[in-house]
Amino acid sequence: MNPSGFVANLIHMIRRILFILAFISIIASVYAAFIYAPTEPKMGHIQRIFYFHMGTVWVATVAFIIVFIASIMYLWKGTRKWDILAYCSAELGVLFLTLTIITGSVWAKPIWGTWWTWDPQLTTTFILWILYIVYLVLRSSAGNDTKKAKYAAVFAIIAFIDLPLVYISARVMRGISPVVFGPGGGGISPEMMNALLINMFACSLLFVVLLLERTDLERMKDAVARLKMS
Amino acid sequence: MTNSSTNSDFDILAEELKKTYGNFDALRGVSLKIKRGEFFTLFGPNGAGKTTLIKLLATLTAPTSGSLRVFDYDAKSEVQSIRTIIGVISHDTYLYENLTAFENIKFFAELYGLLNIDNRVSTVIEQVGLKSRMHDLVRTFSRGMKQRLTVARAIVHEPKILLLDEPYTGLDLNGAQIFGEMLSDLKSQSRTILMTTHNIDEGLGLSDRVGILVKGKIVFDSPASDINPSNFKDLYISNVEGS
Amino acid sequence: MNKVLAIIKKDIVTELRTKELFSSMLLFALLIIVVFNFAFGFSVEILNLAAPAMLWIAFIFAGILGLSRSFALEKEGNAIMGMLLTPTDRSLIYAGKMISNTIFVFIVGVITVLMFILFFNYDFVSTLIPMIPIVLLGSIGFVSVGTLFSAMAINTRLREVLLPILLFPIIIPVIVSAVKLSGEVLDGNTIFDASASLKLLIAFDIIFVTACAVTFEYIIDES
Repeated sequence: MNPSGFVANLIHMIRRILFILAFISIIASVYAAFIYAPTEPKMGHIQRIFYFHMGTVWVATVAFIIVFIASIMYLWKGTRKWDILAYCSAELGVLFLTLTIITGSVWAKPIWGTWWTWDPQLTTTFILWILYIVYLVLRSSAGNDTKKAKYAAVFAIIAFIDLPLVYISARVMRGISPVVFGPGGGGISPEMMNALLINMFACSLLFVVLLLERTDLERMKDAVARLKMS
Repeated sequence: MTNSSTNSDFDILAEELKKTYGNFDALRGVSLKIKRGEFFTLFGPNGAGKTTLIKLLATLTAPTSGSLRVFDYDAKSEVQSIRTIIGVISHDTYLYENLTAFENIKFFAELYGLLNIDNRVSTVIEQVGLKSRMHDLVRTFSRGMKQRLTVARAIVHEPKILLLDEPYTGLDLNGAQIFGEMLSDLKSQSRTILMTTHNIDEGLGLSDRVGILVKGKIVFDSPASDINPSNFKDLYISNVEGS
Repeated sequence: MNKVLAIIKKDIVTELRTKELFSSMLLFALLIIVVFNFAFGFSVEILNLAAPAMLWIAFIFAGILGLSRSFALEKEGNAIMGMLLTPTDRSLIYAGKMISNTIFVFIVGVITVLMFILFFNYDFVSTLIPMIPIVLLGSIGFVSVGTLFSAMAINTRLREVLLPILLFPIIIPVIVSAVKLSGEVLDGNTIFDASASLKLLIAFDIIFVTACAVTFEYIIDES
């Protein structure tokens, strides 16, 4: 089962480096957010949480795109590695999205005066979160059952296609027609932009490292189950 | 080694079939050749992979690896062609309880895309001896009658190959006897038949060849004429326990 | 196409004989409306505001009940296997089941609207007729995904419990747009006064009928 010694060593080394890089960049991101970036004049210090907020939502988005693609690949190829990738990526996606929602709420309380509002973006985020929790319930109940793993894959595909429609319906519900993405641009200083990019990079690295570890764990579980069987 | 593509004497030609469910190996390399018109009975304990093998042959599921040709059609690329020439009888009836016998068989005949349906359906129901109950709901049938109607469902499209998965399950003595007579009828119509069962008292008399499947592998395969029925039980037990 | 018709015919004959789906769905819808009435304390203002939402909640809960039952019937005697053994394309099986489910859910929907008109004194003609396309589009959207998911749920340990959990978050666009459209109609406007909702509902129907027809084979076939 082991790849040849050299390749194995190389992979091991790359993963070591990734791990160290992720660790360093997390520290850098904390520095960038709390010390390097200037204080936003209107919102004050609370705005700093936005860097983590954006970092985590970015990773969650990437994670759910991976779930979608891996699910399609799993139905097409039927190989377990795609199933594992989809499952693990969904887990991390939910984790990061939970962090997004928490940081968002912490930010919203002093700025908007409330933890939560039902505006289209938040509503969609909330339903997104629910959809992938449902996916996890479905997928984890499947275990090694390939048939149920396919159910989860189909659900992931249907859920992903549904998201734009959920967003539109959240807007329809509130009767909001135009929508402006982002803060309108221009208001961000270069230092803020740098801090944001560093945070997004750090979160991405953390995601990659966690995803590698998590898929490895799943593969090891498979190996153990196999040994138990025989 | 024979080349499978030129080997049309064989209706079922499986080589090294493997089927894995998650971490469980249901079939671990099954090779099987069944000649046209042969009645092959595959014995094996529960969990040996008998149903999995039938499902593979019936194209209900695809093998993890290995090659399979049924009636010289490739089981990967010519699935729909295989479905038109096989019939399956299982311990489940595959019938709708709230439809009449006639409606049931007609429904499946329509899905097989048959022509002149009403005639064919009446004929086949008559053939299994249910003419008088043709327009009664299946719900009101006894287990034995349901099993006869199941035979009608399986042969309505005049399949070349019949796959029987534990067909005796749940039949009483009388039902089993009638079913046995129907089987020998079907056999005389020069169909290729593969039957699986865990009960060694069933099917030995009808078979041309018998095999034993244990833990996803065929461990015994012999012409039925070489087997002394009185010794078969010991033979079976030694094979099951030996592997 | 004949095969799709055969499946629809089979489902309709079964239903006419047993009336299982209709009776349970209708009774359920009726009960929900009655319970809402009690819960709102028969207050006319609240009822008028909540009417469209109430209608669709009653309708969708009843529909979910019918969907689970519809696939449970296929599982009795494992008749679905008999269908899978035939050389029938899986998307045709989906089409057949989906259309017959839509017919049932649609009829229940129309009757629910009728009960609604009766109980809450809406104008018969000007309410029922514009409601029909909404109920039809809503039924298609909800049943398209529902048929796929009920085929899934029936094979899991949770069974009937799983279906609403899977279905509700996905059909939010259907609920939102159908409630909005019904609201316009009950307020005396036309469905074109909420054209964004109408487009959303139609888009949902087209997208999910297609997506579900494509993915159905992975659900229904053995792995």
